[in-house]
Amino acid sequence: MNLLIEKLSRRFESEGGEAVNALCEISLEVMEGEFICILGPSGCGKTTLLRIIAGLEEPTQGRVKMNNEEVHGPNENLVMIFQDYSLFPWRNVTDNVEFGLEVRNIPPEKRRAKADEYIELVGLSSFRTNFPHELSGGMRQRVAVARALAVEPAVLLMDEPFGALDAQTRNLLQTEILEIWNKTKKTILFVTHSVDEALFLADRIIVLTARPGRIREIISVDLPRPRERTEPTFGALRKYVLSLIDQAKKD
Amino acid sequence: MGKSICCKKTLIRIILPLIIIITWEALAYLINNEFILPKIESILLVLLTPTADILGSGGLIGNAAISITRVLIGFLVAALVAIPLGIMMGRRETVHDFFDVTIQLIRPVPPLAWVPLSLAWFKIGITSMAFLIALGAFFPILLNTMDGVKGVKRTWIEAATNLGASEWHILKKVVLPGSAPTMWTGLRVGFGIAWMCVVAAEMLPGTNSGLGYLIMYAYNWGQVQVIIAGMVIIGLIGLIFDTFFKEVERRKFSWRELDR
Ligand SMILES: Nc1ncnc2c1ncn2[C@@H]1O[C@H](COP(=O)(O)OP(=O)(O)OP(=O)(O)O)[C@@H](O)[C@H]1O
Ligand SMILES: [Mg+2]
Repeated sequence: MNLLIEKLSRRFESEGGEAVNALCEISLEVMEGEFICILGPSGCGKTTLLRIIAGLEEPTQGRVKMNNEEVHGPNENLVMIFQDYSLFPWRNVTDNVEFGLEVRNIPPEKRRAKADEYIELVGLSSFRTNFPHELSGGMRQRVAVARALAVEPAVLLMDEPFGALDAQTRNLLQTEILEIWNKTKKTILFVTHSVDEALFLADRIIVLTARPGRIREIISVDLPRPRERTEPTFGALRKYVLSLIDQAKKD
Repeated sequence: MGKSICCKKTLIRIILPLIIIITWEALAYLINNEFILPKIESILLVLLTPTADILGSGGLIGNAAISITRVLIGFLVAALVAIPLGIMMGRRETVHDFFDVTIQLIRPVPPLAWVPLSLAWFKIGITSMAFLIALGAFFPILLNTMDGVKGVKRTWIEAATNLGASEWHILKKVVLPGSAPTMWTGLRVGFGIAWMCVVAAEMLPGTNSGLGYLIMYAYNWGQVQVIIAGMVIIGLIGLIFDTFFKEVERRKFSWRELDR
């Protein structure tokens, strides 16, 4: 796995003719198996960045390279998990998880086995035949994670996946995603608003400035896992990152 | 508690039909003229012998079957054209713009206004009838399909693309199922209109079968009880089909309401 982001910029032309610079010269080399969190004020281009990496949007300048090939359009190694889960409401859990395998023409028995494996990994084995509307927000997000994992990409792109959840569910899912990350050795790019979440999860935190989003600072979090939010070192780092964010907002 | 609420509901629902029937019967006896207001028992007599020949035009059932066949043909034609067109118009702005003006112009013309033209083109017969029925069913199916396709959430399509789905997969596995509930509503409304159209079309001069024909013919012979029995059957058949559509909707497409 080799993911390289080179001088990525993105402008949006609004209908009135004004241009919005959403991202400005973002460069980043992502290491194999790394857990990266992207932090930044609202509207600084975090979603745009993930969408470009996922191949759902084209950059105005710069490029994304996955295993030395430029990314244009969907890439089997880069799978996105959307904030609103974007599950297919007419499919039950298993069928949702199987979607990516179906479109790859994997035979039904194999598909089922793989789906079962990942549904079990996210702890939803007893909900296989339930429909998304029968699940809680946290469970839906687990299904979305299983659906993404089922196609076995090298990189997971997660856009504020836990943003809509209550604090307790959020903490639980944070622990779970770390476990999944440990087991599957995926590389994860994780957008969040929460400094706490970033500090709990990340190997490196990318702090972006306000629009146009540039990289303000990259922070390596060297705390051993599992991390304790109450530890003084955690607190000190939190204070530091918060001050960075404050500055980032002013920039 | 639950049961008594249920009983109360049923009671409220049947009060008005009962009042109408009783008033009807009372008036019928008062007026005592079968050509104006036939008694309930004369209507029931027709309804309870649905296979009996009526004035040499066949029975209620036979004529109903003919009407249903006609409506199904016209409805199927409408659906086969409207669904693919609606999908394309919902998916592609250019296709939408290409057809929009024409459709907006034709849509307000009621199917009955097409009768003269349809007779000129196809003469009297199944073709002209199917044409009128199809016209009636066409627009609700088309517009609902289009709305349904437009209502397919962008994130569903993006998630599918991102998971490696081709255009064809997206159409088959996202756009179609995602718009199916709205499409189904269009089919239901379209069928209702098609059913009204068939009865109207059968009243045209030159027709010699179908429920519409039967009640028109009964009118010529002053058989008001047959007219009313025919109308009851027309209403019942419409209701049965509508219930079928609603039931499928409830079973298959409930996710639309439940998915917030
Ligand atoms: N399709 C688009 N057309 C025009 N402008 C856009 C489009 N997508 C995003 N933008 C603009 O680009 C900027 C960055 O948007 P983006 O959604 O990436 O921000 P974000 O960091 O994810 O914000 P949030 O934290 O609120 O989710 C915003 O100002 C937004 O208005
Ligand atoms: Mg965002």
